[in-house]
Amino acid sequence: MSKITGSQAIIKCLQEEGVDTIFGFPGGAVIDLYDELLDSDIKHVLVRHEQGAVHAADGYARASGKVGVALLTSGPGATNGVTAIATAYMDSIPVVVFTGQVPRALIGNDAFQEVDIVGITRPCTKHNYLVSDPNELVATIREAFYLASSGRPGPVLIDLPKDVVASMMSFPDKKPIKMKTYQPTVDPHPGQVEKACKACLKAKRPMLYIGGGVILSNANKELTELAEKLSIPVTMTLMGLGGFPGTNPLSLGMLGMHGSYASNMAVAKSDLLIAVGARFDDRVTGRLDAFAPHAEIIHIDIDPTSISKNVDVDIPIVADCKHALRAMNSWFDDAKQFDGKAIKEKHKPWLEQVAQWNEKHPLTYHEEGDIIKPQYVIEVLNKLTGGDAIITTEVGQNQMWAAQFYKFNEPRRLLTSGGLGTMGYGLPAAIGAKLAFPDKTVIDVAGDGSIQMNIQELATARQYNAPVKVAILNNGYLGMVRQWQELFYNKRYSATVMEVTPDFVELAKAYGAVGLRATTKDEVEPVIKEALATDNLVIMDFAVSREEGVFPMVPAGKATTEMLLV
Amino acid sequence: MKHTLSVLLQNKPGALSRVTGLFSGRGFNIESLCVAETLDSKVSCMTLVTRGDDAIVEQITKQLHKLIDVIKVTDITEGEFVEREMVLIRVKAEANTRAEVLRIIDIFRGKVVDVSPTTYTVEITGQETKIKAVIDILRPIGIKEIIRTGTIATARAPKN
Repeated sequence: MSKITGSQAIIKCLQEEGVDTIFGFPGGAVIDLYDELLDSDIKHVLVRHEQGAVHAADGYARASGKVGVALLTSGPGATNGVTAIATAYMDSIPVVVFTGQVPRALIGNDAFQEVDIVGITRPCTKHNYLVSDPNELVATIREAFYLASSGRPGPVLIDLPKDVVASMMSFPDKKPIKMKTYQPTVDPHPGQVEKACKACLKAKRPMLYIGGGVILSNANKELTELAEKLSIPVTMTLMGLGGFPGTNPLSLGMLGMHGSYASNMAVAKSDLLIAVGARFDDRVTGRLDAFAPHAEIIHIDIDPTSISKNVDVDIPIVADCKHALRAMNSWFDDAKQFDGKAIKEKHKPWLEQVAQWNEKHPLTYHEEGDIIKPQYVIEVLNKLTGGDAIITTEVGQNQMWAAQFYKFNEPRRLLTSGGLGTMGYGLPAAIGAKLAFPDKTVIDVAGDGSIQMNIQELATARQYNAPVKVAILNNGYLGMVRQWQELFYNKRYSATVMEVTPDFVELAKAYGAVGLRATTKDEVEPVIKEALATDNLVIMDFAVSREEGVFPMVPAGKATTEMLLV
Repeated sequence: MKHTLSVLLQNKPGALSRVTGLFSGRGFNIESLCVAETLDSKVSCMTLVTRGDDAIVEQITKQLHKLIDVIKVTDITEGEFVEREMVLIRVKAEANTRAEVLRIIDIFRGKVVDVSPTTYTVEITGQETKIKAVIDILRPIGIKEIIRTGTIATARAPKN
């Protein structure tokens, strides 16, 4: 068999995996691979900071469902990527990150731009590798893609010593990957499915509580079928938004710390909680002993460690959400004792109760004359995009308002850092999503604080023709921390006042983008219309009411029924 | 409650630190840890002693399983098992105590492995309770140093 270089082997592996776009930043340790990239048909997107590369790969992955790929150099290139790797890890996003490494002979010598990135990323990757034998390079890359995208997905890092990449090697044919130590359970146990279905038949006040797993396993159709078949109201985690249509009458929106009143009340009063691809995160449960205290709990998750981690589960189903939901749906289709009409009739009082909660305290905000309310901006974005844009967010108030007021009807429309809560995620992720779907409108809902954390990526968006729209809800504060200080620290605003921010309209111009500003309510709609009409990259600067809070709010450590309301 | 876990894992660089990192990162405790190659040189066996209630030990077991390098995790305290630990004790042995130390070591079926004019270094093997008993009885005589291997354990083979 003829031999090829490590660089050529890597490119061949990427092509084999169907990778068309990668995000990266070159350096000495990966210069051979960059040289080879010039001759390939893979599109390389040069970011302005390595964190942006991995976030963009992550956004590309979340929007498309494919594996996102980033390429970073050794040392600082690799460490700059760590925050973004941890972001992907916490949200179970399939990303493969290649990092350069010094030649094998220099490893451990404190060589120039050397860092133990495998050691550093061990706790924030699904798995990682240092390729120390050129003959294992190809197998390692194939295994990395398999691991990243199967089971509970996640980021996988491959550290590439420079001399390994420069070595000559053979390129064996690809065989199906079988790993002795890794065999995720995809199909549900039929006995558990039956138990779960019978519990559903018995319940009077059932609730579906769905998370990012529904989106990762593309199970939204199966989920909708189940909810409608049995008339079960659905609440979603931040990561689960879009897993069930936000405008469906059974949707109660998000639950948890900034969830809807109806969601939190319904979970608290339910007698059966069906958790699907969600992990009972502290932002969802609030005080644990008061979370769903009357409910029997069914938990469908592909990761056994998620089950009974925080909340004791009565009926665990370890499986891919799509497979488990499909099995439940067909159980009901086959079951003689299942009478859809009777079930709907039985759940009627419960749905009426839920509707009453919704009417009593809907998601809302107070209008204040001419002043732009941030929630209003999201409502207008929702209206003018028909709820069909891909929305990325930064982290904080902007993220919560986007989650509350944009109605996500489709999966993979909300890209947000849920687990790690990474400010600076939204812009690079938007670029990744836009490159995956050039014809879709992609909007980064941002705050004036977090947009500055990766604002350098505006140049990337311009260079690669990724005309995303950035909507800055500008209140001159680090708003979420300010809100906590207002509520719990006697308005002592320690380090949350952004006394100096750039003029975002001028800044847009400096990057060759379009800058628009709205300072009164009636300017909001024209600005968004103009932004959506232009082909260019746009920054919209909305001067919003400065001390607006996100409500409802469950103070940290309280029961989710103890909500502060508008 | 104390649990002894037997973990088979790939004998690869970094595999051990994946396990120890998991324990420190998630706040699980490790009382002792012993690891060495098995008959198959590609596989290591680790005996790990930890403490926690059932929920914590279940989480530990699942999290260990989740590591890609881990092949098999057994909580051997769930059934019958044999466990052993070895300890090297340097104990004061002066004219008036030398004979007594030897007698004690003999009772515990230990061996003297090194001798100096004022000390014996003795080797004792056994269960944790036996090791503790030896230490307790030698302590008043004067223990200079203790080195323990940590526990290794295996489930008893089925008898039929």
